[in-house]
Amino acid sequence: MSTTEAKNHAPKATPNNPDQMTGAEIIIQALIDQGVEVVFGYPGGAVLPIYDEIFKNQDKIKHVLVRQEGGALHAAEGYARSTGKVGCALVTSGPGATNAVTGLTDALLDSIPLVCITGQVPTFLVGTDAFQEADTTGITRPCTKHNYLIKDANKVADIIHEAFHVARSGRPGPVVIDIPKDVQFAKGAYKKALKPSLQTYQPKTEADRAAIEAAVALMANAKKPVFYTGGGVINAGTEASKLLRELVRETGFPITSTLMGLGAYPASDKQWLGMLGMHGTFEANLAMHDCDVMINIGARFDDRVTGRTDKFSPHSTKIHIDIDPSSINKNIHVDIPIVADAASALKMMIDVWKKHRYKADREALDKWRKQIEGWRAKNCLAYKNSDTVIKPQYALERLRDALAKDPREKYITTEVGQHQMWAAQFLPFNEPNRWMTSGGLGTMGYGLPAAVGVQMAHKDSLVVNISGDGSVQMNIQEIGTAIQYKLPVKIFILNNSWLGMVRQWQELLHGERYSETYSESLPDFVKLAEAYGGVGLRAETPDELDDVIEKMLKTDRLTIVDVCVDQRENIFPMIPSGKAHNEMILSPDADKFDKSLV
Amino acid sequence: MIQAIKKKNRNSKSVYAPNPLQQEEESHTLAIVVENEPGVLARVIGRFTGRGYNIDSLTVAETDHEENTSRITIVCSGTPAVIEQIKAQLRQIVPVKRVRDLTTFGPHIERELALIKVAGTGEKRIEALRLADVFRAQPLDSTLESFVFELTGTTEKVNAFIDLMKPLGLVDVSRTGIAAISRGSTTHDDKD
Repeated sequence: MSTTEAKNHAPKATPNNPDQMTGAEIIIQALIDQGVEVVFGYPGGAVLPIYDEIFKNQDKIKHVLVRQEGGALHAAEGYARSTGKVGCALVTSGPGATNAVTGLTDALLDSIPLVCITGQVPTFLVGTDAFQEADTTGITRPCTKHNYLIKDANKVADIIHEAFHVARSGRPGPVVIDIPKDVQFAKGAYKKALKPSLQTYQPKTEADRAAIEAAVALMANAKKPVFYTGGGVINAGTEASKLLRELVRETGFPITSTLMGLGAYPASDKQWLGMLGMHGTFEANLAMHDCDVMINIGARFDDRVTGRTDKFSPHSTKIHIDIDPSSINKNIHVDIPIVADAASALKMMIDVWKKHRYKADREALDKWRKQIEGWRAKNCLAYKNSDTVIKPQYALERLRDALAKDPREKYITTEVGQHQMWAAQFLPFNEPNRWMTSGGLGTMGYGLPAAVGVQMAHKDSLVVNISGDGSVQMNIQEIGTAIQYKLPVKIFILNNSWLGMVRQWQELLHGERYSETYSESLPDFVKLAEAYGGVGLRAETPDELDDVIEKMLKTDRLTIVDVCVDQRENIFPMIPSGKAHNEMILSPDADKFDKSLV
Repeated sequence: MIQAIKKKNRNSKSVYAPNPLQQEEESHTLAIVVENEPGVLARVIGRFTGRGYNIDSLTVAETDHEENTSRITIVCSGTPAVIEQIKAQLRQIVPVKRVRDLTTFGPHIERELALIKVAGTGEKRIEALRLADVFRAQPLDSTLESFVFELTGTTEKVNAFIDLMKPLGLVDVSRTGIAAISRGSTTHDDKD
């Protein structure tokens, strides 16, 4: 399969050789050697030998039985994102593998390191349309960083070790290993993992010194600089977040971040502008539009961030640090491209800044800060509160205040939609790896299984899945998983009976024709929680909210909080698709928005 | 052209993103060295189909049995930004070892081989053979009413020969696509 094996031929399997193990034994041994503690999966015919080994090694490796394979992948994502380790999933052939595809694509777009082992029909049945056969490597090729089909038990160990190396090196991503059932039964030799430096896959991670020198010199002369950081900083490890804080403090520049980058820089700091992009803050987007030097670290100029590209930050010189060369100059042309791991680039930037004794232009920076404070004074997240109806923003503010008083470590996951954006706007993230959300793919149904994965990794922490009534139903079966493993996940549903984000677009951009966005027959979420053996709570008026949140924080098992919120509330600020950063709509302007522009 | 698109965007009432401004398309020849493993060609082609890039010609064969490598030659077209993206996307593929843009790297040679079958008798048959001689096409197979010619050359030369054969009884064509290599002593390992 790769040069690693080609150069490293294992001895042929012989029945009398005691060093020989079955393919399934090798798989589990390799996972253990890779430090895998938890595997999220679902059994089936083509993975039975592996499940047999899981049964025998229960003391060494923990398996979490999800309720649908899609849940296993998102749970592994939540696990990976909250720990910085590689997440691991195990599914069967055919439908098991096809159900995994959404989670794999999600992990590819959000750069989450995953290894997913899929069973396959025996090699002699491959290509015969056998029962539960699917062309897994063919189907997953475009939605994985890399994939493998193993046809020889002697190659199992090397390939699994290489898969973990590929998943976590460079720009992290999902890797699929497809293993036919006869290979799981066949005997082969086990091999230890090679040192990372001996693996053939060696992406560039060290920054080019000259480019960093040029970038830092540009920063030192900037009049209106802004840091624009993304998930790459989180992926580069906690060290990268520390270095980012040091550099931002050292320079005094304002900083904004993408949805994926929240937490790398503390939201409580005064240099923090809030999230940018389509539903980002007024001050963050206008700072991006008006800046003269933009320092992008680990973000990829996604269309939800840039808005209209030909009007994106028209006057700035752009520095872009990204570990993936294909992210550079893809959507936005940049002036100083730097291919590097965020941590190594940040370290070098701080070194250069200090070595040259650079000082930021205080006078210009003060002026810039005043301009930003002017934008901040707009108070773009303001909303009209109500005594009778719960505003979703108010619910999150109450949750935020309650969480602030709770001494436990807090982890937030979300589904996708309005609630996700409100959570990003209203909840403060001060540490990396505390915020799990589906950014690139926008996968509804991500949050609940992700919360299961997070809670598996952090048993004593508080894990809250901020959810909507639509999204939560997409993987609602995973409540069963949380109950089975006694995971006290809290599901905080902002229930407006609508597919809120779609409804909002229909209101603003499609002539208020609400096509198929109202949910006629929602389940009773309180009873649903109870049916599974969890706790169900409901808040219908603003004064019930605090009490319900307090109860939720005290429960010791899965809890659903059904927060009945204002059905008509929209998420603002908003940059309509195809508009520039300085064309955002704020809440008070919403009524004036020209809805005829369809 | 660009002005026209700008104007169109301005007049559009759509709230959705305008078309990106068009740039001139270029044709580039890429030489890609890959690990010779199952599915590697599908990985390379998948990047093109998945991201909407154009392939004009594709040639692939194992080139080093010891090293277990194959060389894929792709002629693709796109704006300069798209060409850069194509190269970056190809370099992302794990079993891709090297990607060289021969068009920007320097002088290089491109050749393709074609097998061309012409059927006919009498004057047409004699004229086909005469033209084949002019083009230095080798007759590989002949019957009393047909020839199969082998022709090696640039794409333009092959096209010209095929056009000439059409009125003379062209019945079948098989072409390899372009194989390319840099001129001089530079190798595929040299830095760009």
